[in-house]
Amino acid sequence: MTLLAIFRREFALAWSAGGGAAAPVGFFLGATTLLPLAMGPERALLQAAGPPLVWVAAALAALMTLERLFQADLEDGSLDQLFLSPAPLELIVLVKGAALWLAVGLPLALAGAPAAVLLQAPSDAVPAIVLSLGLGMAAFIGLGLVGAAVTAGIRRGGVLIALIVLPFFAPPIIFGAAVAEDGFGPAFLILTGIAFASAALGPIAAAAALRLQAE
Amino acid sequence: MGAGRPFQVIPTIRVERLALARGGRTLFSGVSFEAASGAYVEVRGANGAGKTSLLRALAGFLKPEAGAIAFDGVEEPALTLHLLGHRDGLKSSIRGLSHVRYWSGLLGDGHGAVEAALVRVGLARIADLPARMLSQGQARRLSLARLLVAPRALWLLDEPVAGLDAAGKTLVADLIAAHRGLGGTVIAAAHEPIGPEPTHVVELVRA
Repeated sequence: MTLLAIFRREFALAWSAGGGAAAPVGFFLGATTLLPLAMGPERALLQAAGPPLVWVAAALAALMTLERLFQADLEDGSLDQLFLSPAPLELIVLVKGAALWLAVGLPLALAGAPAAVLLQAPSDAVPAIVLSLGLGMAAFIGLGLVGAAVTAGIRRGGVLIALIVLPFFAPPIIFGAAVAEDGFGPAFLILTGIAFASAALGPIAAAAALRLQAE
Repeated sequence: MGAGRPFQVIPTIRVERLALARGGRTLFSGVSFEAASGAYVEVRGANGAGKTSLLRALAGFLKPEAGAIAFDGVEEPALTLHLLGHRDGLKSSIRGLSHVRYWSGLLGDGHGAVEAALVRVGLARIADLPARMLSQGQARRLSLARLLVAPRALWLLDEPVAGLDAAGKTLVADLIAAHRGLGGTVIAAAHEPIGPEPTHVVELVRA
């Protein structure tokens, strides 16, 4: 009950005017639409450069959602109320991440389909690309929760979040971009492992960081 | 009435020779008091004397520099208390009604009397407005509804009447009286007396 209430609120917040889940998805769509225009119509070039660029765009789009994630709660006092809930803080953070994934991660993964087509990916590779982006967003959000929690008390902490989490974004980007060629091969399995590990461990580290922000 | 159910546990709060520091400077030291069921403790002091810090320490958010805070007979103090701070915890885009439902789920069992609470704080007619449309006093009234939808024995109120009109001040006094009538405890920080006769006054003086 508690977790459902949190999930509903977080999802509503992500899509409300202040949350702006539309912005990262729009950014991702815009970037992946402009890339083929900027690079020209050469098929081989687009096929080679497409997957890495899609994954960089997805990582940066995920980064956009993180800065205000806990900072807004800290500033308006909502964070205090989370500490007083009977639900464990780790679980609350996990639910926050899950709501963010559903509001931003899933639409962005689906937007990966038109992006893949624009970048000349073979049509039978599209399902693997969309699924891998969904997993990748779970990894980005799980890792990003930690950066967002650590920098919650810092004004304009966005740059700091980027510095903290971007190195950790490297593994999902490496294996995610490989999925475009590999299909459902080893790279996909490793990416799945990374996604689940990040989604499971990120909230624990983020909750520990948030407890330090309590005062 | 909103808080119609009994509390699971009613802790006795014991504060002994408490000292708090913020940013390396001691705010106050040697503060001791006790608050049992039905008590109303008023914390007074000048701006910056540490009233808010004392309440946040009672809520478990601040570590004491010296001394101790004990909740007798309770394993998890955080689940027996409400903290009403000067930051109201409101999201500008979310409706008043949704806030109260959320608090009922977050802090209670999700079956709190949401509508009754909104009626009690006088917001029933504007419960569908997003929080950004509320005046300061109305936002404070909305926060008060949180106290009613999740029954908890200890209320920590930080300047509860700030921004409220005369009717709002009466409302706060009535809520406090009703809560004490049910066996609850109230610890409130205030510049000037809120209304009810305190069972104990804690005067904070800067160290």
